[in-house]
Amino acid sequence: MSQERNAGIEVEGLVREFKNGPRAVDGIHLRVAPGEIYGFLGPNGAGKSTTVLMLTTLLPPTDGTARVAGHDIRREGAAVRASIGAALQEAALDPLLTGRDHMRLQTTLQGIAKGDRRRRGDELLERVGLTDAADRKVGGYSGGMKRRLDLALALVHSPRVLFLDEPTTGLDPSSRADLWDEVARLAREDGTTVFLTTQYLEEADVLADRVGIIDQGKIAAEGTPESLKAEIGRPSVEATPVDRAERDAIADVLSRFGSTVPAPPGAAAVRLESGENLAEVVRALDAADLKIADLQLHQPSLDDVFLAKTGRKLDVSAAEEPASV
Amino acid sequence: MNELSLQTYEMARRSIVKVLRQPALFIFPILFPLIMMGINVSGLDAATEIPGFPTDSYLDFAIAFPMVQGALFASINAGSSVARDVETGFLNRLALTPMQRAAMLLGLFTGEMLVAFVSTLIYLGVGFAIGLHFASGFFGVLVLLALSLLIALAFAGLGAFIGLRTGSPEAVQGVFPLLFVFLFLSSSSLPRDLIEHDWFRIVATWNPVSYLFEGLRSLIIFGWQAKELALGFGVAAVIAVLGVYGATVALRTRVAAR
Repeated sequence: MSQERNAGIEVEGLVREFKNGPRAVDGIHLRVAPGEIYGFLGPNGAGKSTTVLMLTTLLPPTDGTARVAGHDIRREGAAVRASIGAALQEAALDPLLTGRDHMRLQTTLQGIAKGDRRRRGDELLERVGLTDAADRKVGGYSGGMKRRLDLALALVHSPRVLFLDEPTTGLDPSSRADLWDEVARLAREDGTTVFLTTQYLEEADVLADRVGIIDQGKIAAEGTPESLKAEIGRPSVEATPVDRAERDAIADVLSRFGSTVPAPPGAAAVRLESGENLAEVVRALDAADLKIADLQLHQPSLDDVFLAKTGRKLDVSAAEEPASV
Repeated sequence: MNELSLQTYEMARRSIVKVLRQPALFIFPILFPLIMMGINVSGLDAATEIPGFPTDSYLDFAIAFPMVQGALFASINAGSSVARDVETGFLNRLALTPMQRAAMLLGLFTGEMLVAFVSTLIYLGVGFAIGLHFASGFFGVLVLLALSLLIALAFAGLGAFIGLRTGSPEAVQGVFPLLFVFLFLSSSSLPRDLIEHDWFRIVATWNPVSYLFEGLRSLIIFGWQAKELALGFGVAAVIAVLGVYGATVALRTRVAAR
């Protein structure tokens, strides 16, 4: 088996049923290529965390199987665990230990050689920007700091596959962006395969090479964010006139480029026909001597994809999924 | 140091560091039994006048109480700590490392036993400072420390079992009053043959905790009594085996996929 194949994820008909409950995961199939960032997108309760628990060997599947880093999750649990790093939902940290204490414990338990433990710990703490906070108790860390420490701990043994279960839930935009940068760097520079669950469309869009949309335990759609959005349709263009009285005239011009779609009051919008582009729209508006206060091109979003594939909007306030082991 | 020893050492270190960083977790568990002992020694001193009471110093009789009570506190610490690890997902973090499962429990128990050991030294130090007599001499002190450690292991095993089974620190705290009742429904305050009420005497005779007290006390008051020591060590060993076995099974269930 090649090294390439060894660093990926192959899932075959994975099922997990909980007692007296529905199928949390209902026969999913997926492939994640080595070095790829795979975004597993879905609302709470869709089966994302349950899938991660099975792929990390923390929860046995009811049926089906998977190979992670070339090892069967049912029969080669120890080999799977040796190849993966995981930052699971809610950073699992001890509030009474410092960041450095966590590093010391993790490097020892991961079997890092005695002479390298301190160096590796310091290196990772620096990489996630926690050097100054390393000797403070984790109980006093912010949510973003906890998440970054959690990520650093998952990287102690340089895993080939990294599982991140909703790594940015509850983080402020700045902390979220920092974490995205680090995850992207891991895949780009270290060639780490990343399996990332998220309920944030933007996160999947920005970070993932490919996205799997899971809903009620089944994969509803899979592909690159661009291909999924392309399936939904073409972009729309929305124009707001300087003079509101010119709104109808603008709508007339726009209608030459595509079919009218709903727009905010005072603005007009159309879904562009294939082959039309924004430059041509601008030229036409200019030729008609219409003054435009605002002109926007809207690409179809993953939100549109989710709506089209599942028949509803992504609701992040839905009930929590069963994630206990 | 081999892998298991190293992992156990790190887990024990974590356990001790956690206790030291929460002063309430070691100051009160040491102070409270001493206060209880002080109250008993000053309030129940007249008990030494009862015909058949084995010593004329109630302190010699009562010093075993803080030792067993301290071990009981160790069980609460161990149980709460491991339950919190389940609750926060820290146990999953540990389960994802190549750590041997035995190191998780060995580290926890070693840490709690060390805390119990220091507590016992403090109780003995305070006891000697206020006039404790020790019939079995220096070697007896060592045997008493060994028995105290075994009792701490027994209770820590039970605590870890409850903590792993329930996964809830609150549930562990909830069991505490029940265990406390066992302490009082024993020969903790009077020798069994001097307990006046039949029902109490019968309960104290069936209560295994009585034999822990009597084993410790025999070294302090009488010197070397084979039967009391055998029963003390035997009962502590049985509880320890049951507790550690229960905790091991509960841990295996928690990380079933390993």
